[in-house]
Amino acid sequence: MIAALAFYVFAAILIASAVMVVTSRNPVHSVLFLILAFFNAAALFLIAGAEFLAMILVIVYVGAVAVLFLFIVMMLDIDFSRLREGFQRYAPIGAVIGAILFLELLFVFGSWEFAPDAAALRLNAMPEGGVSNTHALGQLIYTDYVYLFQVAGLILLVAMIGAIVLTLRDKPATSRRQDIAVQVARAEAVALKQVPARTGLGQLGILRPALPEAPKPKAVHHDAHGHAHGHGHDDHHGGGHH
Amino acid sequence: MAMRMATGMTTITAGGTTEMLTIGLGHYLTVSAILFVLGVFGIFMNRKNVIVILMAIELILLSVNLNLVAFSSALQDLTGQVFTLFVLTVAAAEAAIGLAIVVIYFRNRGSIEVEDISTLKG
Repeated sequence: MIAALAFYVFAAILIASAVMVVTSRNPVHSVLFLILAFFNAAALFLIAGAEFLAMILVIVYVGAVAVLFLFIVMMLDIDFSRLREGFQRYAPIGAVIGAILFLELLFVFGSWEFAPDAAALRLNAMPEGGVSNTHALGQLIYTDYVYLFQVAGLILLVAMIGAIVLTLRDKPATSRRQDIAVQVARAEAVALKQVPARTGLGQLGILRPALPEAPKPKAVHHDAHGHAHGHGHDDHHGGGHH
Repeated sequence: MAMRMATGMTTITAGGTTEMLTIGLGHYLTVSAILFVLGVFGIFMNRKNVIVILMAIELILLSVNLNLVAFSSALQDLTGQVFTLFVLTVAAAEAAIGLAIVVIYFRNRGSIEVEDISTLKG
């Protein structure tokens, strides 16, 4: 009774928020309604007895994916007024296709039933008595489905690397990103020499280290502020050790 | 655990739970179908905004997950929940890649309209 009432409430909010996701004028509102939809779907999962998936839905979707959407929507400077221009134009065909799809789904729902031996055909029957949903799921994922589980991890790794590669860009002029290869390659610039006092470097035949090929024009300016450690300052280091 | 969806699976038929207060497989399938149709409708409606299209795809995948969980619960079979887990993984990866593409597209073109995106080809 309570569960049935809860199901209706959560399902109604889920569908209403899904409607708002698709029809909302502001994409930020769309993302917020998407978060609401995910919460209510997690509640429906709970009612169906899938507690672990409900928690995963809240953690992964609300905590990661929806927040990622929110970041992107707020980061991009989108002209919201222009986004809704084609709304009336595409609404009829969308409604027609949606109605056709819904009718087909209703036909499917009205005309099928379980096979009589469906109970015997179950692949991984839920264990009887006292085993929690998370425990049972873990016993399956880490044994029978361990290869699929690792492939899922690989998919996530590829997605992570792909997202980084896609959005990474070099900003040569203004960025102060570390170039580790150049730093490691400047071996002779930090050499220590024992030099007798009051004699110049040139008289002893000690030459300054060779300058890098193209010193940056801004190098002196950085040095004045005291936070530049690039390879454009080798001559200062070499001359300072007497 | 939560309530079982039915007393025995041999008694369930599709849409067979006509009484309002017993939540059966049919209720879940109806909610899932409505959600799926809303997602498809959203793809058609928002032709100017790729981000809302990605959100509509998330809704579609959510309805698929709801379907899988409902059948898993009705049949007392854990396979549906295992596959829901993998669908969740793929959906998260798809959202990350899709949003990265949207970001670099917006960086290059200054808009996220679907009509312009055909310039991505080649």
